[in-house]
Amino acid sequence: MRHLLSTKDLGRAEAIQILDIAEDMADVQNREVKKLPTLRGKTVVNLFFEDSTRTRISFEAAAKRLSADVINFSAKGSSVSKGESLKDTAQTLAAMGADGVVIRHSASGAPQVLAQSDWIDAGVVNAGDGTHEHPTQALLDAFTMRRRLFPGDSRGRGLDGVSVVIVGDILHSRVARSNLWLLGTLGATVTFVAPATLVPVGADTWPVDLSFDLDATLALMQPDVVMMLRIQSERMNAAYFPSAREYGRQWGLDDERLARLRPDSIVMHPGPMNRGLEISAGAADSAQSTVLEQVANGVSIRMAVLYLLLSGEREALS
Amino acid sequence: MARTVLQQADIARALTRISHEILESNRGANDLVILGIPTRGVVLADRIGRIIAGIEQGTDPSAIVGSLDITMYRDDLARHPTRTPSPTQVPRQGIDGKTVVLVDDVLYSGRTIRAALDALNDLGRPRVVRLATLVDRGHRDLPIRADFVGKNLPTSREERINVRLTEIDGTEEVSIEEATSER
Repeated sequence: MRHLLSTKDLGRAEAIQILDIAEDMADVQNREVKKLPTLRGKTVVNLFFEDSTRTRISFEAAAKRLSADVINFSAKGSSVSKGESLKDTAQTLAAMGADGVVIRHSASGAPQVLAQSDWIDAGVVNAGDGTHEHPTQALLDAFTMRRRLFPGDSRGRGLDGVSVVIVGDILHSRVARSNLWLLGTLGATVTFVAPATLVPVGADTWPVDLSFDLDATLALMQPDVVMMLRIQSERMNAAYFPSAREYGRQWGLDDERLARLRPDSIVMHPGPMNRGLEISAGAADSAQSTVLEQVANGVSIRMAVLYLLLSGEREALS
Repeated sequence: MARTVLQQADIARALTRISHEILESNRGANDLVILGIPTRGVVLADRIGRIIAGIEQGTDPSAIVGSLDITMYRDDLARHPTRTPSPTQVPRQGIDGKTVVLVDDVLYSGRTIRAALDALNDLGRPRVVRLATLVDRGHRDLPIRADFVGKNLPTSREERINVRLTEIDGTEEVSIEEATSER
């Protein structure tokens, strides 16, 4: 693997390989010495043009546990706020000898531009670009599902036959898009539930069932996994629903809907949560919730991705 | 052109002898942990564990046998395409204060064992570490030697040693291959 830009072009064998390596990385996190010497001498740059705490520290922890040196770069307080272009920033990083670049950008496709340019030869990991993709989040979601649904026997498996319902702001969600492709590749069936105003144009061409009614979908599907998406108030520059209360009543996972789920269904949320809006405190803190596991698994997945991208001989450009 | 140097019965005899030697030097199976290095070392460690359980009554092989993956500790990662690691499984008792016997199929440059010693270091602090290998073919790059050897095979660097085990390869033999088209 040279870069990880999207889950759409990830094959099934490749995806399962990442998940299996993440299992080994997860074992390392349970040891007394949580560090591997694998990427000693490599430099990973976290290039964040958009605010993020958990993804950035997750990548930082992953790189450090593989003994790489980490440089954090956030657009605020950097030359980018003085008008530096992506090209100049990338060439600066190349001159400093970065081996891997983890990039988050508000423009969809920015990681692609960086990967295809000849500005920098480093491996590029997409850590979220606009409303396009967030591949490591989808990988850690799949990893969390696999570990919960097949405890002790998850290695080498896909998610065949697993039903996943993803609820919320599909329009702005790169997490939903990355999950859509990855879960499909792994054999799961995916249903999107959202208010009609939060479904993007062209969603009917996706390999996914669309629904506007959460209660009907949950009753019909009896899903293995319910994934709640965050209502992204920072991207809500128009009125997509009348009020937060009404959204919560129609599409939120409240205690009553939680009680109607199968007792072995799992509840996921990529975080940060708006408690009381898309998910109730009762659902977020229940035994069925995997929110904290997702955070822990995120480090394992990102270690696996950095290992695959940076440890071997750099694959020649094809 | 491959020449068979050990057949099934030879391998079985070598492993039985190694098992006895391990028990002799450790004075029994107490505090013994046998860790195989993937891929074929794991199979050999498994067999040694079962032979030891047959000799020392009351020993549970699954409680003393494990595997130790060294992929993340290799010194040549950047010279090859990315390798897929294998799981590391340490018996529940851990390795602190134990006698750890590393098991590999072929001892050659010694670099694998160097990596294994580093990996062990991150897992705990054994009392002693020993090394058992089915074949020692010489040509060491590092000051490392085996404590228990199935067979010493003088080779030239151009030759290849193939260890085939039933569990993985379907056949059981050790053969030497002359340098031909490979490399």
